[in-house]
Amino acid sequence: MVSFELSEEQRMIRDTVAAFAREEIRPAARAADESGTIPQPLIEKSWGLGLVSGPIPSEFGGLDDQRCAVTGAIVAEELAFGDLSTAIHVLAPRLFAYPILEMGSDEQRKRYLGSFGGEKFAAGAAAIIEPRFDFDLGDMSAIARRDGGGYVLNGQKCCVPLARESSEILVYARMDQESGLSGIGGFVIARDTDGVTISEREKNMGLKALATYELELKDCRVDNEKRLGGVSGEKLNFSRLMSEARVALGAMGVGVARAAYEYARGYAKERKAFGRPIATRQAIAFMLADMAIEVDASRLLVWQAAATLDKGDDALKQSYLAKNYVAAAALKITDNAVQVLGGHGYIREHPVEMWLRNARGLSSLEGIATV
Amino acid sequence: MIDFDLSPELVQRRDLAHSVARDVIRPISRKYDEHEHERPVKLWELIWAASRQNDQRAASSARDGGEKSEAEKGPELRNLATIVLTEELCWGDAGLFLSLPGPGLGGAAIAAAGNPEQKERFLKRFKEGAPKWGAMAITEPGCGSDSAAVTTTAARDGDHWVINGTKIFCTAGQMALEGSDGLVVVWATLDKTAGRAGIKPFVVEHHTPGMSVVRVENKLGIRASDTAAIVFEDCRVPLDHILGSAEIRREGGFKDVMATFDATRPVVAAMAIGVGRAALEFVRDFLAEQKVSIRYGLSQRRLSAIERDFMEMEVQLEAARLLAWRAAWMMDVGQRNSLEASMAKAKAGLAVTQITQKAVELLGPLGYSRRFLIEKWMRDAKINDIFEGTQQINLLIIARRILEYSSKELT
Repeated sequence: MVSFELSEEQRMIRDTVAAFAREEIRPAARAADESGTIPQPLIEKSWGLGLVSGPIPSEFGGLDDQRCAVTGAIVAEELAFGDLSTAIHVLAPRLFAYPILEMGSDEQRKRYLGSFGGEKFAAGAAAIIEPRFDFDLGDMSAIARRDGGGYVLNGQKCCVPLARESSEILVYARMDQESGLSGIGGFVIARDTDGVTISEREKNMGLKALATYELELKDCRVDNEKRLGGVSGEKLNFSRLMSEARVALGAMGVGVARAAYEYARGYAKERKAFGRPIATRQAIAFMLADMAIEVDASRLLVWQAAATLDKGDDALKQSYLAKNYVAAAALKITDNAVQVLGGHGYIREHPVEMWLRNARGLSSLEGIATV
Repeated sequence: MIDFDLSPELVQRRDLAHSVARDVIRPISRKYDEHEHERPVKLWELIWAASRQNDQRAASSARDGGEKSEAEKGPELRNLATIVLTEELCWGDAGLFLSLPGPGLGGAAIAAAGNPEQKERFLKRFKEGAPKWGAMAITEPGCGSDSAAVTTTAARDGDHWVINGTKIFCTAGQMALEGSDGLVVVWATLDKTAGRAGIKPFVVEHHTPGMSVVRVENKLGIRASDTAAIVFEDCRVPLDHILGSAEIRREGGFKDVMATFDATRPVVAAMAIGVGRAALEFVRDFLAEQKVSIRYGLSQRRLSAIERDFMEMEVQLEAARLLAWRAAWMMDVGQRNSLEASMAKAKAGLAVTQITQKAVELLGPLGYSRRFLIEKWMRDAKINDIFEGTQQINLLIIARRILEYSSKELT
């Protein structure tokens, strides 16, 4: 039956993460963007919230939590409200751990999940996007070809969060002779495998505190057991993984958009021009009203896709439409937030220009976060 | 728990409304658009009879009691049901939907501001006998958005209120006052100098002397719905026809009736969404016939222009619908929803205006032709951006609320 009410537990989780984002993440955001580094103590503190380790099996130190996409969306939104780079960094290990948790073979789960239930932050990475302007998930150029008792991979990836920081990377490639999303295979590749080259830190317009890398695979050979889901990869539901990723990125977009809207609203009430706060002028007030509507609309679309995932249904269309909507809305909202602050919005002191730079990436980035 | 699934019972009701929209309403849609002042009497009688049967069924099942299924437990989502059904009927035809007999906005005002005796006396008629209409008359030639500036007066004279003034844009005004044993709720001021505090709602019965429908408008769309101009010239109504208190210091009446917007704005959003969905489905089916596929999941850089446009239309409609559902649900669970109702209405009005205009564009010369209903849906959609509070007024309401400004601080 229709309901827009969070459970008691979700409210608690939201409030906890929101307070953390407000008190710990946000104050560190500007310095992190300028320096290109998120303070490790902050990373460790975030790890302590248990956001990654929850669903990890208790035998590895996790809590056997049932994964819930709606809760994941709530968490993602609050973290991103603090800072998008930090949010992605803190949740990045999920990109490696959760596909293995859900779709890995028993052997893979035993082998790789151990560190993610521990006390300290454990980096993990997944390589999905490729450096083409029209990159499409169903048309990867990275290819995996069968070769004897294993596979040979060739291709190029970009925007891989924490590649250098992780000992293993989950690389997705098109299976030779196959096509579309169902033709994608996942491979756990140790960073020091022959044929793997990881670039220096990428330099991007936004997400400057987030360590991302290019990854090149040249005749990179891996054994059968490295294929996610076993030799035939039968358990890999790449489409679902991408729906989960879109929900997470969509939720993060809501967080950034909300941050910008609330900041602009507060500024407009204080800033005076022509004798009164600029918020008393319709041009500004209507911009803010539109922002408020679009933040709420974006969230509902993301939650709808998340709820579909939680029912176990196919959320491709909903997550795709939702994520695209949020990316566009977040861009418009952050842009208008800069506009409301005028010249001051342009200076790298108020956070709005940073949020605009961060939000701009949402429309092109895929798979760098998951619920 | 966050949940977007309608209950099985509501799905059933929605599907029934859909078949009525598809089989009864759609076939006559074009006719009543072309013949603006003809009356779809057969449709009215059919829907009225069906509603009475429904009332009887609901009454008897309430009498019989019985176990509610697991899905039915929990708050009754009456407002949500209303907007779900409204969307279906307006998918059929928004004008014909608005033309349907029933308590309408006048009934809503009575339910919001009347005392128990008034509610019984004035609303009973909508559950029995021949079809009747309830209407609300607020707008005047000189004031629309600025409803606190009404100049229609009500002055006490012995056992009566005497009403003088002109009202325009009154939905179903003609059917309420001349076409049935209906009524209209008129906003009039007891004291122009008192501003909002002086404005009260008065029930004026059909065929009351001193009141006449002087004009029924010719409109861009929703042509099946009569939009009346009414003149009141020393129109006398009994003293107990004022809804709520006659005291001027209390703002009760005005505020109470304004509060009905919290319920009606999501309904207007749903009207728009029904029309928007009609247009969207038409375009989708048309594209499918032309073998143009819409490839969800594909990189946005690889989409054709038509795919991008269509997906944009689709997600805008979904966003509008979710906002409307939320607003209705909040009212159902007892939460204040003025902000959310305005958001829903503002979003739907704008989004569906754009969706329907884009739909006409996408179909080229075929979209422009009166051979298809698509041009009509664009004309029907536009009103939702205007009545029940224009998009701009709703943005103003939203802005005031999010900024915590009074109407004096943000004009």
